[in-house]
Amino acid sequence: MNNPVNLSRRQFVAGTVSTGGGLLLGIAIGGCDQSSSGKALLRKIAAENPASADIGFLPSVFLRITPDDKVTIMLPSSEMGQGVATALPMLIAEELAAQWNKIEIQFAPAHKAFANPNHSRQLTGGSQSIRGFWQPLREAGAAAREMLIQAAALTWQVDRQECSARQSTVWHKATDRHLRFGELVDKAASLDVPDKVVLKSPQQFTLIGQPQPRLDIPHKVTGEAVFGIDVQIPDMLIACVARSPVLGAKLKSFDAGAAKTIAGVREVIAIDSGVAVVASHFWAAKKGCEALQIQWQASEHASLSSQSINSDFKAQVDNAKTVRTIGDVEKALASGSKRINAIYEAPYLAHACMEPMNCTAHVQDDRCDVWVPTQAQGASQAVAAKITGLATDQVFVHTTYLGGGFGRRGETDFVADAVQIAKTVNQPVKVLWTREQDTQHDFYRPASYNQLQAAVNDDGWPVAWSHAMVSQSILKRLVPLPAILLRGVDPTSIEGTAHLPYTLPNFQLRYAMAPSPVPVGFWRSVGHSQNGFIVESFLDEIAVLGGKDPLELRLYLLKDQPRYLQVLQLAADKARWHEPPPEGRHRGIAIVHSFDSYVAQVAEISLTGKPGAQSVRVHKMVCAVDCGIIVNPDIVTAQVESAVIYGLTAALYGTISFADGRVQQSNFHDYPLLRQHESPVIEVHLMNNTEAPGGVGEIGVPPVAPAVANAVFAATGKPVRRLPIQL
Amino acid sequence: MYSITINGKQHNVDVEADMPLLWVIRDIIGLTGTKYSCGISVCGACTVHMDGKAIRSCVTPIAIAANKSITTIEGLSTDNSHPVQRAWIEEQVPQCGYCQSGQIMQAVALLKERPNPTDQDIDEVMSGILCRCGTYQRIRKAIKRAAQIEEQTPPSS
Repeated sequence: MNNPVNLSRRQFVAGTVSTGGGLLLGIAIGGCDQSSSGKALLRKIAAENPASADIGFLPSVFLRITPDDKVTIMLPSSEMGQGVATALPMLIAEELAAQWNKIEIQFAPAHKAFANPNHSRQLTGGSQSIRGFWQPLREAGAAAREMLIQAAALTWQVDRQECSARQSTVWHKATDRHLRFGELVDKAASLDVPDKVVLKSPQQFTLIGQPQPRLDIPHKVTGEAVFGIDVQIPDMLIACVARSPVLGAKLKSFDAGAAKTIAGVREVIAIDSGVAVVASHFWAAKKGCEALQIQWQASEHASLSSQSINSDFKAQVDNAKTVRTIGDVEKALASGSKRINAIYEAPYLAHACMEPMNCTAHVQDDRCDVWVPTQAQGASQAVAAKITGLATDQVFVHTTYLGGGFGRRGETDFVADAVQIAKTVNQPVKVLWTREQDTQHDFYRPASYNQLQAAVNDDGWPVAWSHAMVSQSILKRLVPLPAILLRGVDPTSIEGTAHLPYTLPNFQLRYAMAPSPVPVGFWRSVGHSQNGFIVESFLDEIAVLGGKDPLELRLYLLKDQPRYLQVLQLAADKARWHEPPPEGRHRGIAIVHSFDSYVAQVAEISLTGKPGAQSVRVHKMVCAVDCGIIVNPDIVTAQVESAVIYGLTAALYGTISFADGRVQQSNFHDYPLLRQHESPVIEVHLMNNTEAPGGVGEIGVPPVAPAVANAVFAATGKPVRRLPIQL
Repeated sequence: MYSITINGKQHNVDVEADMPLLWVIRDIIGLTGTKYSCGISVCGACTVHMDGKAIRSCVTPIAIAANKSITTIEGLSTDNSHPVQRAWIEEQVPQCGYCQSGQIMQAVALLKERPNPTDQDIDEVMSGILCRCGTYQRIRKAIKRAAQIEEQTPPSS
């Protein structure tokens, strides 16, 4: 059962003989040309690696088949735990009719042929891997299968229609002849790739929908899987970079005298992000960093604090511009039977990947190699090309496993560190961040400040919903499209708040883009991560205002939304919502649609400790999920379990705060993550349907905080309006 | 110069006395299965065995570890035959996998001391190892499964 996954140490050590020779091909623009230049790149890379010189039959950039029957799948997405290194190969293997134990995986090099069709970037994010590659990978598998069948038919001189493929073999039933895929690769390679292929219907799937064991797991229990931090290149040095503790402070001067006396320290150099100490091992590099005497220039943000940020955000509420309106919300608020006002706040959050940021680079005259745990191969390649002055196609990105990503590894700051240092020292260099640097130099989940108002009618049903949001823009830095800058609305800030699924006759959303120097970025489930909390918690306040049960209110407001209703009902049934909770326990419910999927959760909590010093204990999380057609149910379940823990860490603990222009947290003692003894029982119930695939990796996060907050509200009678939850 | 035995093999390393065992294992010996994450013994990613006990290698100086017998994840088995590795595969525990060397080494130490751990035992011992992917529920199941596998395996066969 143990597939020989070709991502072990061997590949990275053997693949490091990176001698000379620029890329011999031009990258052409356009569909077929893109694919053919992609194939040429794969051939070139294979030729450089003695272990894979025989590339075999390469019908598409996504797969090749060798005479030994092995199917090597080039993964266009990064594996950061979300399971794409298994789920994407399943799409190909299903249509290819390949034996599962013949599948091997490799991470694709940086090339536009591997861009996700849904956003045209080679970037793993937005829960887009299955959604983007659902069609092209099945087509690639089907095209290869057709070529192999055709090759067999030609060999046997029979009609193609008389042949079929299963289990990595083509069969001619009439004469009971068969040929293995490996025996057909030479002939298949001489055939044209078909323009059109017929894909299986869901009823014909034999692999898709099965809980196939993950291909990466055998390597992850032996310590053999290679993460970025594990890359070893001959003659490699290791660097640690001292960074300004104050936001935005530039380097003024430094004294490396003491650092250079530390055994193992080789060089100390200034780079854009600070002062790099380059050493023969990390311990020396880290000690060297600590021994540096650095003068930083004064920063204009030296007085920044959480209080000043909060005041700035508050001051922006009145500047919020209308994004969407239904009916007349002011009038409805004024004429409603009962009315409620609330301020909801969410803090900045760090990603806290277990593997700290790192990257290894080797810069030579005619090429640059970058080994990196990245979600963004395209952007990594671009930043390395810019720093080295090399052409894009002279930069080779070698993706490793990612020790967590959650959006953080879509950035390229750690790539820039490594390439800048390697360019100066003329040797391969691995830069590794300390946990403290990782915590204090993140691109944080944006904080937000929200003013909400609602009114219910005499029957207790909501008639008005008004929301004014102040938050920072992620896209302003990353994708500064004129539409975003001119309109002043970042769609990632407001996602999940402008188009509520609930039927509300009067509605208004206003938004103000807060100016703040805090670097912000994509954080697992992005805007939904805080907006799910705001919308779903406020809805429970409305339920109480109108004297409704929280489930009853949701079912009423969602009556025209069948997919919402189904998951909501499933979660409620499985959590026995209609029965009273066990003694001392309290329940809360929430539902969020994000990334084309629907997730409802019921949290069961108790309050522990003495009054005045109570804390929340989460006992159970019941989750119901509709993510459209399911490729691998066990991976979906695992992702929702993961999201629950990620969401609970945010709900119960997560805060990044500022004082004197500095991030106050530094490591897991003051930025705690949920631990084993705090982990609840998690039940995941999957809907089974054939709707288009939805996202999976992020969808379980948004309902967690509101489900728990609503349970706390049920327990205390006091709404939770601010994260993390504090009693 | 310090002498240290890692996975049954003796190494002589010429490093400073304060260098943590973690960096000796990773950057000097070149065994990278043991991970760095916090550096202050609060996450457990660096857990290895020293004379059979689970320790945090990120805060254990080589001067302390010298002349001791160290087992890392690479020393459990090379073919995933160790009961804990088998249980981890059967329960499909790892996601990103980065913390799992530490989780597995801590679980092996737990099962050695308490062959049939209760939920409370698991909470007590395993709460020292962080997992950002949140694989805790599967870790709990896998530890119980490993206990069963070990029970069914004839001793010192």
